[in-house]
Amino acid sequence: MENAEHIEINQTVDHLFRHEAGKMVAVLTRLFGFPNMEQAEDIVQDTILRALESWRFGKVPPNPRAWLYVTAKNKVVDIIRRQQVRHKVENEVSFLLQSEYTLVPAVNEMFTEDEIKDSQLRMMFACCHPSLSAESQISLILNTLCGLNVHEIADAFLSNDETIQKRIYRTKEKLRNEQFSLVLPSPESMPMRIETVLKALYLLFNEGYHSSHPEKLIREDLCEEAMRLTLLLTENRKTDQPHARALLSLMCYQSSRFNARLDEKGSIILLKDQDRNKWNRFLIEKGNEYLCHAASGDIMHEYHLEAAIASVYANAPSYADTEWKKILELYNLLLSINYNPIVALNRCLVIGETEGYDAAIRELEKLNALENNYQYNAAMGEMHFRNGNPADAKRFFSVAIGLTSSGAEQELLMNKISRCEITE
Amino acid sequence: MEKFIYLFRGRDNDLQPNSPEAQAEMKKWFNWIDALNKSGNYVAGDPLAKNGKTVSGKKKAITDGPFVEAKEIVGGYLIVNAKDINDAVELSKDCPVFDTDGKVEVRPIQKM
Repeated sequence: MENAEHIEINQTVDHLFRHEAGKMVAVLTRLFGFPNMEQAEDIVQDTILRALESWRFGKVPPNPRAWLYVTAKNKVVDIIRRQQVRHKVENEVSFLLQSEYTLVPAVNEMFTEDEIKDSQLRMMFACCHPSLSAESQISLILNTLCGLNVHEIADAFLSNDETIQKRIYRTKEKLRNEQFSLVLPSPESMPMRIETVLKALYLLFNEGYHSSHPEKLIREDLCEEAMRLTLLLTENRKTDQPHARALLSLMCYQSSRFNARLDEKGSIILLKDQDRNKWNRFLIEKGNEYLCHAASGDIMHEYHLEAAIASVYANAPSYADTEWKKILELYNLLLSINYNPIVALNRCLVIGETEGYDAAIRELEKLNALENNYQYNAAMGEMHFRNGNPADAKRFFSVAIGLTSSGAEQELLMNKISRCEITE
Repeated sequence: MEKFIYLFRGRDNDLQPNSPEAQAEMKKWFNWIDALNKSGNYVAGDPLAKNGKTVSGKKKAITDGPFVEAKEIVGGYLIVNAKDINDAVELSKDCPVFDTDGKVEVRPIQKM
């Protein structure tokens, strides 16, 4: 057995695990009922292991996904026939699993494309149950829907395995104790429930986009997962809300800049200095499309405004030709809907472009509650620098550097400090 | 509501497992039972394999197989809730067994 081949098989299984494990866990949990989620996870784990074993001595089958599904289905049918489902659960499908007339067709039905998506949506709403904290929601999404293991999640959140393990365990236990069943919310409660789901996906995307990880500034995988799940919401009639489309639009605009945001060495390139040819036109077009389709209903949501701001940036021919006044108006509107100090901070930078850096500094000074925030200090430094005051700029940059754990952010600030020293 | 049993005879059991024909056949039964469940009539049921043994008489003699003509073998059963025998008969009319020219024996459960 060649080592390279071994690695290749491992990678294939890894890749499959990421993309298929989450789907299978959702499907099996729906079949067996929420109290049997752990058993569903065991079956999926077992299926993946069996794939690894079978493929080690031969070739990976032409359709590995179908192979996994058939193996998982056989295990499910076997467990039901042997009456080895751990907790007795009554749900909409349980009667179909009791008769040999319907058992196999019912299991097959659950593995069709539409039903897999439906199961994932149900699981998404379960993970984002309003009784759970945002961080529990996101950990659970990553674990059950995205197939990330405890170690990977701990890595993404700069936490340790034990903390994440405990958090996920308690979260699942809580859902089990609440006799939670895996159904989509009713049409009446949908607007409220989807708000929580979108918020969790928004935070997940942001964690990927502004990664707090020391080495990885952008965790594209996290962004990708957040987009995949948001897309899933917009594809289903019941969950396709205008603000879900707005959020997807925002994510498309943000991710269009992935390739332009970092240089070869992984250092940050600021918007002003980015090569706009490296922006992903396809994603910008997608962003425009989703934003256009988001303009229905009578609620102007934060995501609409954030996407609109991102749209102005993404569609500007150059930094100088950006419609700053329009962006400022959108920021004002956004702050009037929901005041958020970081949004207010970003607004100040826009003021720097419309009314000058002096005005921006005066606005920033009003936000001094943020003085222990690295973004605040970095923004202050930048405005002072542009305003021709390198000594003050250097002071703020130096404070900022101690407030971020990201290597790339620290490097960017170091460069700015040396620029201040040259100018001084 | 009263309980009735359907005994199916002449069901085509000779289809190759996993063949498209077998899957189409299964899908028909699935749809019929799913509909019966949604209307609140379904209770339980299973198909039966052709083999088996018969235990008979005081001596409890054991013989192989049900020993009847293939098309007379009971190929499966279903227990349903229905208003009366007429309702039960009516509900049986969508049974896929008729597609293979089989029959459904509708019998009320005897109250003892």
